[in-house]
Order: sequence, then C-alpha cells, then structure tokens
Amino acid sequence: MAHIDLQNDLPGIRGPMAYSPGTGKALNELAEILLHDDNNTLSRGERELIGAYVSSENDCFFCQNVHGAMAQHYFESDMQFIDDIKKNYQSTPISDKLKALLSIAGSVQKGGRFVTTEQVEQAKSLGATDKEIHDTVLIAAAFCMFNRYVDGLNTWAPQDRQVYVERAKMRAEDGYTNMNLNK
Amino acid sequence: MAHIQVPEGVPGIRSLVMFRPETGKPLYELAQVLLRGESPLSEAERELIAAYVSHLNNCMFCRDSHAAAARCLYGDEKNTVDDVLNDMHQSNVSDKLKALLRIAGKVQVLGTEVLPADIEAARELDANDREIHDTVLIAATFSMFNRYVDGLASFTPTDPAEYEAMGKRMTEKGYVLPQPIK
Repeated sequence: MAHIDLQNDLPGIRGPMAYSPGTGKALNELAEILLHDDNNTLSRGERELIGAYVSSENDCFFCQNVHGAMAQHYFESDMQFIDDIKKNYQSTPISDKLKALLSIAGSVQKGGRFVTTEQVEQAKSLGATDKEIHDTVLIAAAFCMFNRYVDGLNTWAPQDRQVYVERAKMRAEDGYTNMNLNK
Repeated sequence: MAHIQVPEGVPGIRSLVMFRPETGKPLYELAQVLLRGESPLSEAERELIAAYVSHLNNCMFCRDSHAAAARCLYGDEKNTVDDVLNDMHQSNVSDKLKALLRIAGKVQVLGTEVLPADIEAARELDANDREIHDTVLIAATFSMFNRYVDGLASFTPTDPAEYEAMGKRMTEKGYVLPQPIK
C-alpha cells in the first residue's frame, strides 16, 4: 500500500501523477522529449534501455519493467536480452558506443561526480556526440528521480512481468504526453 | 570545464538548458510548479528541502543557489538555512519539518529507504499527505538536478555574491527558462 492516500489505485508512477497533475504534466513532458521524441540520434530503444538499466541499478521494479519492456518492444528482442543487458551489458552484443554510454549512465546513478573525463572521452572516441552524452546523463539523472518518486511513496507494481510487455506497444504509439493515466 | 560544449561562463543548470532548451522547458516547469506552485509547505520550506538534499548529494551549485533562495525567503530567520545544513537534527526548525527533512534524506539515498515508521512519525507531527508527497518529489527531483549539473561537470561559481544574486532572482522571478545566446 502506498505511504499516502493517492485517491486512486493506479500502479507505479501513474498513481502520484494522477494525484498531482501539475507536476505530472511536467514529468511526462520530460519523458516525452527524452524517450519518445524522434528528433534524436539515439534510437528510442537505446534511450529506453538507458532508463531501464538505471532503474535496475536503483532496484526499482516498476520502472525497470516498464522501460525494459519498451526497449524490448523497440529492439524486437526477448525479455532475456534486456535482462542480460541489465545484469552485465559488457558481455552482450550491443555496440561499443552504447556500452560507453551505459557506463556513463551507471556513474550518474551513483552520483554526478562519478562521471570521469575518461568515460566521456571514450564515448566521444566511439562516435558519441555532445547531445548524445547530454541526453544519456539527463536520462540517467531523470530515472534517479522517477525511481525515487515511485519507491519513496511505496506505490504498487504488477508482479507479472508479461503485463509490462503487453502494454509497451500502446505506450510506444501514444508516447508519454498523450498518456491516459487511467488506461 | 564541462564535459560537453555548453555556453561559456554560464553557471550550472542554466548552461545545460541553454544547450538543450527542449528538455530545459519541462525541467524549469517542474521546478516552478514544485517550488512555487500551490503547496501546504511554504516556499522557504521547499527551498530548504532542495538545498538540504543537494547538500547530501554534495552538489555545490544546487546547494548554494537554493540555500541563497531559502535565505531570502526566510528573511529575519535566514540563519535557519545554515543551521539545517550544518546539523539538521540540532537546528531550530519545527519537529514536523525535521520529520519531513528526514524523509527527504532517505529519498536521497533511495526510495525504498523510506519506511512506514518515517511516514508515521511525520503524520504524528501533523504532516499531511500533500506535504509528504511534495517532500518526496522535491527530494527525488533534486536527486535528478544534482546529477545533471555534476554529471556534465557544469561550471560552479565559487563567489558567494554570485549565489546571493541567484537566490534573489529565484525568489523574485521564479524559474524562468533562460533564453539561448544568439
């Protein structure tokens, strides 16, 4: 049960977003630009994966399953592939550039100051642009917020992971700004 | 020097939102609604929670700018801000605000650190659901802002006078997205 009466029984972040629509709107607009907007050289799948990875590091069940399922949808992969990346991305067949970006995201998860010049140089040498590095850092930072919002209020999350997979297609089509919280 | 090519000489988050105004817009909207919008917590209390979490995250830019804003808002009681940053438990803020700051401190570590007992303690001191919600979201939001500002190694001024001016601006104008340099 959530720590406060959210006046709805929606799962995960949708509960507090419906409870506090003013802040919910800004949060969804941020998610839309970072994760769904196509004016970006990182694919939607790559950006969702960064979100899922950081959520996994933060041990946030709801966020890592929502965004892991989104990445799975865009990559047209199975759940195991996403789980392998969350567990040890270095041993998976993703690009070296994406590995370098996940390494930066992992440092951001620990704290902003953990990001080193060497990590950034490594990503740049593998072709990452300034905007891609910016977005990687902000996605990782944003999930350090989303995860804390979801778990800090002790919201509930469906335990059947297939539920998240089944919802991913709809979210990919609708995006985050057009989200109907009750659907 | 920042990790990416942001406008030179512009401090902290301002340089980052000028680099990428598309994400800057919802970030400033969030700060404005959360810290200046309707809430049973005063603006001073909300800025104090922001400064406290930034302090725990060792983010000097966010700590010093939001501490400056909180000092402006606390007026004659501006020493409260430094007392809380020095030692929250020994400070002269109300027991209720201490209980909320304790929750914020737990959120700073991780969401799952917040226990039902922490919520109960705040409730017994008359904290309501909205106050608990706003505290958790402010603490979560600054766990983002702090990482954004430091993760890209944005410019952190060291002159206290610069923060005093920022605090004054944040109090008078709120959170308005800076315009990109032409």
